[in-house]
Amino acid sequence: MDWHQLWVIISTPDNVPIVGLVFLVPFYIWYGLRQGFANDRLIAQLEADPEMAKTHHRKTQPYKSGWAKELHVWPFLLRMEFLAALVVTVILMVWSITLNAPLEEPANPSLTMNPAKAPWYFLGLQEMLVYFDPWMAGVILPTLIVVGLMAIPYLDTNPLGCGYYTFKQRKYAILTFLFGFVGLWVAMVIIGTFIRGPGWMWFWPGQTWDHNRLIFETNRDLHELVGITGAWGQGIFGALTVGLYFAVAGWVVHKLFTLTEFNRKIYARMTLLQYLTLQMLLTTMMLLPAKILLRLVFRIKYVWVTPWFNI
Amino acid sequence: MADEKQSKPENTEARGLFKKVKEGVKPFQDKLNQDLEALKKPEKTQLWKSILRVKHDETPRSRSLGVLTNVFLHLHPARINRDAVRYNYTWGMGGITFYLFVVLTLTGVLLMFYYHPSKIVAFRDILYLEHDVPFGKLLRNMHRWGAHLMIITVWLHMMRVFLTGSYKKPREFNWSVGVILLVLTMLLSFTGYLLPDDQLGFWAVTVGTNMARASPMLGHEGPFGPQMGMTAYNDVRFALLGGSIVDSNALLRAYIWHCIGIPIITATFMIVHFWRVRKDGGISGPAPMMLEKEMKF
Ligand code: HEM
Repeated sequence: MDWHQLWVIISTPDNVPIVGLVFLVPFYIWYGLRQGFANDRLIAQLEADPEMAKTHHRKTQPYKSGWAKELHVWPFLLRMEFLAALVVTVILMVWSITLNAPLEEPANPSLTMNPAKAPWYFLGLQEMLVYFDPWMAGVILPTLIVVGLMAIPYLDTNPLGCGYYTFKQRKYAILTFLFGFVGLWVAMVIIGTFIRGPGWMWFWPGQTWDHNRLIFETNRDLHELVGITGAWGQGIFGALTVGLYFAVAGWVVHKLFTLTEFNRKIYARMTLLQYLTLQMLLTTMMLLPAKILLRLVFRIKYVWVTPWFNI
Repeated sequence: MADEKQSKPENTEARGLFKKVKEGVKPFQDKLNQDLEALKKPEKTQLWKSILRVKHDETPRSRSLGVLTNVFLHLHPARINRDAVRYNYTWGMGGITFYLFVVLTLTGVLLMFYYHPSKIVAFRDILYLEHDVPFGKLLRNMHRWGAHLMIITVWLHMMRVFLTGSYKKPREFNWSVGVILLVLTMLLSFTGYLLPDDQLGFWAVTVGTNMARASPMLGHEGPFGPQMGMTAYNDVRFALLGGSIVDSNALLRAYIWHCIGIPIITATFMIVHFWRVRKDGGISGPAPMMLEKEMKF
């Protein structure tokens, strides 16, 4: 256990925000879901008791009949905003006084940094480079992430859970989002920051970053396993494999999506276009874990090799 | 005693003069007293009224007008859902993100006074800033950490909006505007990374922009790029860097995007974002909960 190495990584000034992220993201997930569960309990009560549903004001926030539903922005909101600004300023000041922004040697194109890392918020993309070629990891997937995020409101046809925390009413949406955001994005950032060392090799926390370490990995392409030679054969085989992946993944997503009675109702509300777009985005998202699995378990580099691109 | 007697006639003369002066001054004195009296009620002065436009007293109407007649505060409605004021619903994350943007603009402008976007002096400017400029180090640190913090808060804001289902009707469009803001925030930070012209920024930007050369069709190493006639000297990466390597043109481009281009675009989208928060009916909640059996089909 190389504690010094661990400390060097954690205390690198530019890594401190990620140390913060490691605590902040779980905290706010807990904070949001806790309110969601509290609301779910009230929802269960209201559903069980139609009389109560008629009269209850349907929030977990305290309420008395005499109270105004609205408050004046001045002073009730503005004082909160002022307080928030004050707290943020103090945090930023203390952080800036105690920790200096990094400044390395002057830029030198002939002296390669190892590891050369993108800024931490793009490490998710850099980590994807392990599993995909740059045109996928750096261009196609980021574009799909952005387009996919923008499409969320137009694909989620579940009218419940607008304007309050809930888990029960939006299980599928929330689990998918958290899987993507935490499992595939934040986790990749954390791996890229704390785990990846020289040569972008995997170093467990506490393992010394050995610049001379070599890993002999023989990654094969899928068609080599099957024994197909010749460009045409490989291209067609790859296309079929990828087609098969999308068919299977699409089927799994469909099974999951229509698992519950409630979700089948949501599904019924979707147009074909909405559903196909959702399918396309979700199955593409699942490409990443699928490729990670193939690489780590079966040491497979590409499943589809063509003269122009490889996947 | 003798002196006293002698000076007496003069004294009366002086007294007469004094009286005259005093009478002459009296109108001014009265005016001064009036002015002083008026100062006790500054809100009655023309200056005050002209600036604040409406008179303030402890009435609900006046409180509302205080918000509505102020150009900065009128982003807010006059009244707001009583439960939305607490921290636990919005976590204040959108507001904090905006506040950080303001802090970054202020510290950024100050940094610009000391920085030349040129390969020869950029790095030295940072050293100068850190070691000679009063509070230069603090300024740089605040700008750096503020940028990191803003990325974290923007992510958390997005998560909050998702968990509260606030992107649902009628706020779909504002969510999409938000996604653009998310991308812009990360691009702002990224373009700033190169500016110190040190190894960290240089290699980060090299790694980042190398991906651009793999763009399908538009990059010289991407799928179908060569078929489209792309080379290292005319593809998207070249356009981003103003050259085929990260060099002085790249520094200048990063600087202009970072200090002028992206901030203007971001500010524009923020205006739309805030406008839409208001036009979509204000903050989404905490709203009364809807039950499954009330769903319409
Ligand atoms: C520079 C970045 C951003 C700034 C300054 C910003 C600012 C704000 C502010 C001040 C609010 C008011 C409520 C609150 O504080 O939560 C708000 C609401 C909202 N934001 Fe953002 N935002 C940003 C990015 C985003 C992103 C990335 C998304 C989503 C992907 C988003 C989606 C929304 C939506 C849908 C609302 C309405 C929420 C509701 O009514 O509850 N915004 N934003």
